[in-house]
Amino acid sequence: MAEPPGEPRPEARAGPAAGRDRGAQEQSWPEEGPEQPPYEGFEPEEVPPWPRQPGLGPAAYEYQGVRQASGQPQELRRSVYQPPAPSQDPYRAQDQRGSFYQPHAPGRAPYQSETPEQYLCQPHGTEQGPYEPEVSEIAVSERYALGQDSYRTEEPRQSAYESYAAGLDPYQTHEPRSVYETYTLQEDPCQAYEPGHGPYQPHEPGYGLYQPGYSTYDEQVPDPNPRMLAMQNAKAYLLKSSTTSGLNLYDHLANMLTKILDEQPTNAVDIIENISKDVKWAQFRKKMDTLRDEHEILPTFEVAEKRKALFLKVHGEGDEELEDEIAETPLPNVMETAFYFEQAGIGLSKDETYHILLALKQLISVQPIQTCRFWGKILGLEMNYIIAEVQYNDRAEEEEAEDEEDNEEGGKAMSEDKGGDEDEEKQEDDEPPQSTYRPPPVIPKEDNGTGTNKYVYFVCNEPGKPWVKLPPVTPAQIVCARKIKKFFTGRLDAPVVSFPPFPGNEANYLRAQIARISAGTQICPIGFYQFGEEEGDEEEEGGGGRDTYEENPDFQPLSVVEMVDSLSTWVHHTQNILKQGRCVWLNPFQKSEEEEEGEEEEKAEETDEVQQEIGPPLLTPVSEDEGIQNVPAWTAQYSTNLVPQYAVAILQSNRWPGAYAFASGRRFDNIYLGWGHKYSPENHTPSLPPPVQTEYPSGPEITETNDPTVEEEQALKAAQEEALAAAGEEEEEEEEEDEDEDEDD
Amino acid sequence: MDAASLPGALDLVASGGAGLSPEKRAALGASLPLLQRDYRFERVWFWGRIQGLRGAYYIAEGLGPDRAAPRSRLYSLNCVEWSLLPPASEEMVAQAEKLKGRFQGDPSFEYELAEIKAEDAEKLTEDGQEPVIKEEARLVATIEQIDKAVGIIPRGSFVKTPLGSVHENRNFEGLSLTEAKKLSSYFHLTEPVNLKNKTLLEKADLDPSTDFLDSLEHDIPKGSWTVQLEKGGVVVVLRSLLWLGLTFYHVPMTKQYGYVYFGTGEKNLDLPFML
Repeated sequence: MAEPPGEPRPEARAGPAAGRDRGAQEQSWPEEGPEQPPYEGFEPEEVPPWPRQPGLGPAAYEYQGVRQASGQPQELRRSVYQPPAPSQDPYRAQDQRGSFYQPHAPGRAPYQSETPEQYLCQPHGTEQGPYEPEVSEIAVSERYALGQDSYRTEEPRQSAYESYAAGLDPYQTHEPRSVYETYTLQEDPCQAYEPGHGPYQPHEPGYGLYQPGYSTYDEQVPDPNPRMLAMQNAKAYLLKSSTTSGLNLYDHLANMLTKILDEQPTNAVDIIENISKDVKWAQFRKKMDTLRDEHEILPTFEVAEKRKALFLKVHGEGDEELEDEIAETPLPNVMETAFYFEQAGIGLSKDETYHILLALKQLISVQPIQTCRFWGKILGLEMNYIIAEVQYNDRAEEEEAEDEEDNEEGGKAMSEDKGGDEDEEKQEDDEPPQSTYRPPPVIPKEDNGTGTNKYVYFVCNEPGKPWVKLPPVTPAQIVCARKIKKFFTGRLDAPVVSFPPFPGNEANYLRAQIARISAGTQICPIGFYQFGEEEGDEEEEGGGGRDTYEENPDFQPLSVVEMVDSLSTWVHHTQNILKQGRCVWLNPFQKSEEEEEGEEEEKAEETDEVQQEIGPPLLTPVSEDEGIQNVPAWTAQYSTNLVPQYAVAILQSNRWPGAYAFASGRRFDNIYLGWGHKYSPENHTPSLPPPVQTEYPSGPEITETNDPTVEEEQALKAAQEEALAAAGEEEEEEEEEDEDEDEDD
Repeated sequence: MDAASLPGALDLVASGGAGLSPEKRAALGASLPLLQRDYRFERVWFWGRIQGLRGAYYIAEGLGPDRAAPRSRLYSLNCVEWSLLPPASEEMVAQAEKLKGRFQGDPSFEYELAEIKAEDAEKLTEDGQEPVIKEEARLVATIEQIDKAVGIIPRGSFVKTPLGSVHENRNFEGLSLTEAKKLSSYFHLTEPVNLKNKTLLEKADLDPSTDFLDSLEHDIPKGSWTVQLEKGGVVVVLRSLLWLGLTFYHVPMTKQYGYVYFGTGEKNLDLPFML
């Protein structure tokens, strides 16, 4: 900290240039030591009128601090070492700052440009002259505050200096040269720095802020030595590193000031705490890569826009409309259902549920829908699916069916075309042997409104996005879906890469899983539904039994205790899917034994011996559901044990984790919230590829015989001579060999 | 997730369908602070729930001054009365890994290893150990496994001090949205394994105070996390596919983050087939 005296002064003059370089700068300040004499000589004169003259040190400190603020924290550190040479500091600061500090350069300008209070304190009334130029100078700094370019301000300032210098008789007598010299020196930095140091400019307005502080500090420490000591102590204290974070307050303050002056926030004082926080946090935010972050376009607004659309009323034509709406709507009361599920801690957040409700309303308004239900949500890798289960009204159903038939015909035609092409290609080659393989007959899908296609499903990724109708499911898809286990991606058109290959894309897979989950987990309290009048009919050959039911008007709700204690109080109200992939068994031309063994999906291994179909009929109690190994199919519980009066019976499926049902009085509902996979205690084993086809049966006609050895030939010859019949055999062999060769070719 | 921010945090992760009933929320709100007082934890995290067939375990974790130190774990069947779990030993974890199937919901339930794998059990009996493992031990081991495999935090939310202890970063202000969508911005809150194997070049960019953990980037198998923006792009939700049920949330540019597990306590071993 000690200031090495007697350094050559010329170098100090070079200070401005050197000042850019920190290393050079370190040297530059002690070098200015020799400059002191002029100031010192000058000081004695000033000291009497201005008792705060020693305060030059702090002044330096502040100037440096400002310069610092331009983004070179280390320089701030340096500034601390400068107090030993208090008087030069303003000059040094000027040197480095260039034009910005110029106003003060002409000697004591800083002191004079200080706030009026200072002048009041200053008893030297004799020097009226300096005050006048002073005013002009303030005007200059004001202009600076407007953010003007320093080059432009240069001009007026110069005049200010001139007038100032003119008025400053005392100064001129004492050190006219040095004033001008420093000034001229500053010209260089101006030019050298300004272009490169644009950021310095904005600091200028801030510069004025530091002056009041400077003056007070100045007054408090009248004596140079104790003052320096105090400063050093203070600085040492500030530099003390925190034991927890390793930071020190000094650097932190420096960084804060840097930030403030860089960014020039309005009303910085109001947000100083946040700036402090930001600075600290910035230390942990070192960029991981050098690539520039792409501009963040917040998705929030886009989504919000879509959601807002949900809240807009589609039409407000009149009260009649409203009454109609209230009177008869297929819109489910999603919020109420969600409330019951929430009692058991199941369900989406409230606002999401409400958005779904609105989305369903939107769906109903655009589709001819008779019944509608929020089926659940299936999570995906990229996006999730929100699924609505609807039934079209009759008219729409017919249209729908026609459309699909058209599509199918189109599809068939296409596949036939393809087949035709292949045939042509084949005919170009030699006639290949006819394959004896006949593919298993394609099991036709169930008609819309029956079996697995009883309901139509709409999905969307997020409430507010358009609903997409899922295609009807085919038995082949269900059968294949049972063999694979894949995550959904959230894109309906994504391919399903699996083995065995899945016939269709993700939309089909999703539809197949929905069908499986529905069949396995849609349950209701017993007695809520009943069969129609013909109840008691035996199961049809289809195996699904009766596939229609109606609401029981005389349904007596069971108590919650009963609902929880006995699973036989719950029944399936969705038809079981047979092994075949259909709900109603269909004999595909009496093909093979295997096909006839239609078996219900969930009890796959259970009853092998049954000949054809037979799943449990509709409205079978869930107590008959098979568990998986030791895992029962359902877990029943109360929503609360503390208040049994208001408890709700909750069933959660263990076969389809994520499937839940609740019942409370006459109310019940099912929901599925999960990944769309069936539970398997054993690890998923993808089915193996079919065994390698057997080789063509090895026989003499395709076996290459060994060439006879000489001995054999001779023996043969001998034998030929003995028996002519042997020769005939040999010929045959040769012929066979020839044939073999042909085949190889 | 931090017990103090539980109600709001549960809303943020509710998009997966699992949550707590109002009763349980209220109960946790009352019992967790008491837990903090009685066990003198500096902080209590609600860890999640492991669903058994006949009951569910609610798990809480208590943290001391060093956040990276092993955490005390407690379980409760009703969210009110809590019992301290023993620390997980390696042996426990090894045994529990052999168990398959659902939890029963009864801490004293005994799994017989013999049933699971005859050969392994024989080995164990030869060693003079009982081929029986209590569900409580399995619970401990499972929590440990989950914490190790998928307990995650955003980058910068924890700092390592020069003395080696780990603290929450008071200055953490959240990841930016861009960062929040990258897996490299999240760390496993456990002893780093891959970090030491990194090359010097890779280490060069790391800040020792924040990058002292493994990031999720190189988790095996690749793609074992889903990152989604939910709630209209407000919250980033990470879901583990390896431990289905683990959900992590973070609201970008805020201090809100945390993870919670609502699942069956079974590892998704089928993951490679499912991606």
